[in-house]
Amino acid sequence: MDKSQAISQPHRGSARAKERLYELAVNLAFILLCLVFLAPIILIVIVSFSDERSVVLNGYSYFPDKFSLEAYKFILREPDSMLKSYGVTITTTIIGALTGLLLTALLAYPLSRRDFKARNVVAFYVFFTMLFNGGLVPWYIFYAKYVGIGDTFFALIVPNLLLTGFHVMIMRTFFVNTIPVSILESAEIDGAGEWRIFFQIVLPLSLPVLATIGLFATLGYWNDWFNSLIFINKPDLFSLQYLMTKLLLNIQFLAMNTQNSNMMELLANMPKETVRMAMAIIGAGPIVLAYPFFQRYLIQGLTIGAVKG
Amino acid sequence: MQIKSPTKRMLPLWLMVLPGILYLLVNNYIPMIGVFIAFKKVHYSKPLWLNEWAGWDNFQFLFASPDAYIIVRNTLLYNAAFIILNLIFALFIAVMLNELKNKLMKKAYQSILLLPFLLSFGVVGYLVFAFLSAEHGFINTNILQPLGMEPIEWYMNPDYWPYILVVVQSWKTAGYLSVIYLAAIVGINSEYYEAARMDGANKWTQIMKITIPLIKPVIIIMTLLAIGRIFYADFGLFYQVPMNTGRLLPTTNVIDTYVYRALIQTGDVGMSAAAGLFQSVLGFTLVLLANYTVRKIDKENALF
Repeated sequence: MDKSQAISQPHRGSARAKERLYELAVNLAFILLCLVFLAPIILIVIVSFSDERSVVLNGYSYFPDKFSLEAYKFILREPDSMLKSYGVTITTTIIGALTGLLLTALLAYPLSRRDFKARNVVAFYVFFTMLFNGGLVPWYIFYAKYVGIGDTFFALIVPNLLLTGFHVMIMRTFFVNTIPVSILESAEIDGAGEWRIFFQIVLPLSLPVLATIGLFATLGYWNDWFNSLIFINKPDLFSLQYLMTKLLLNIQFLAMNTQNSNMMELLANMPKETVRMAMAIIGAGPIVLAYPFFQRYLIQGLTIGAVKG
Repeated sequence: MQIKSPTKRMLPLWLMVLPGILYLLVNNYIPMIGVFIAFKKVHYSKPLWLNEWAGWDNFQFLFASPDAYIIVRNTLLYNAAFIILNLIFALFIAVMLNELKNKLMKKAYQSILLLPFLLSFGVVGYLVFAFLSAEHGFINTNILQPLGMEPIEWYMNPDYWPYILVVVQSWKTAGYLSVIYLAAIVGINSEYYEAARMDGANKWTQIMKITIPLIKPVIIIMTLLAIGRIFYADFGLFYQVPMNTGRLLPTTNVIDTYVYRALIQTGDVGMSAAAGLFQSVLGFTLVLLANYTVRKIDKENALF
């Protein structure tokens, strides 16, 4: 007490200055850290807009001698492979995320109902898949040799990505905590059937968790290359991310698919280094551009997922 | 209002869970039954269950090969490094973010640090290549050359890769983990800090004596859960980032990449299945152990 009373006016001022200096230091540290985190992304953006000659001469640089749109122009001139894989990824993402979201909610909702007697057994059935798995080999052999899913559209939607126990558990917790039993009861008394209650009452009340899980599912499909890697050989069915990983190893793959008759000439004139990086931008771009809009749900989802899941 | 029998009343709920149950049957339970492949001599010409039994042969071959030691060692050591470094780095970020008074800046920093989490390992492979490519990579052409140093063939020498992969992994996950730690820190009652300030405690003392002890349960749980997954490695990190380079295998091959290569590329189905089962069983045991320990510390946060 004595001490705090003894502090004189100028002292308090210097304490505030010290506080401000501290804030400034923390901010500077974060700005530096963020720059380090963004550095690789900034590098490939700059390279993709660089002149091919300056890249070949000076390497991948933050300060190219000359800027150029040639890489993007080249991709747009021969857009077949890129457009096809964009189409594949957009279609699988929409169909997969929506179907998966519906299946997850349908499985999670009865597990939240106290009067659903089998809920503990079913919940364990779901939960056990999070603890143990048979590994890649039986999983792959079953899908590839027995279901015959290889080189089909389903291979990009169904294996592993459609529904995960983890998401079911997050959604069930949400239903238990936020949907009041009284609402369900009064709807039932009013004569609403279970399906109507689910679609017209439960889902509209659950938009936050639907957004979160829907976002995770969307990211999962958009970023997937693994299912293409093991199940797909037909270039027409390559997902966007998988096409990109192929192009990193062999950029000429981009032009191999072309209808263009003078392929040799095309390959010779291809600004390979910058086209490569432009493809990375094209693959990652949509997620990064949409990030500000879904960032809130992402942070929210990561937090519930970790603490309550 | 008509009264329905209990079974009939539950019918719609059963219909709701049915598709999900069937999906997990196909995607998870049937493959679980398939672990018997690890004990078979596999020839695709016959249905798997008709293949000859091999006893423990597949496991014996696996553990007699030099690969077994390398992949188990790599998986465990990488995960151990990830667990320790991620904890320190993410905790540091979370604590420092909490020091910021300006909410807008806090959000902005957090979003930027979380950005790598959104990128697929396909994209990450490009980012790393842009830095390390021997011919045009940023480090060789714009750092080593101007300094008059010899360019380094990064993709030829396995010795560099433990460091590279650890840095890449940290960069990709630190933001995500810091979100979780920050959520725990924000939940701390601000009265503790006020009391500490009254007593003249400086920032450092506040962090060490209030923040860290109060979020200790979250730290312990996150760490135990990671230990429970210590036999699993992120396939994308170890496959895409080194660009599937054979020469780098001594330091980049982990159980998951080994299983994949044995199954798809070399066709050693039996050994691949054996390695996979080895991983699943040890993984399962460790998850149970980790959960048991979490339960002892804090029942609320146990998985089950």
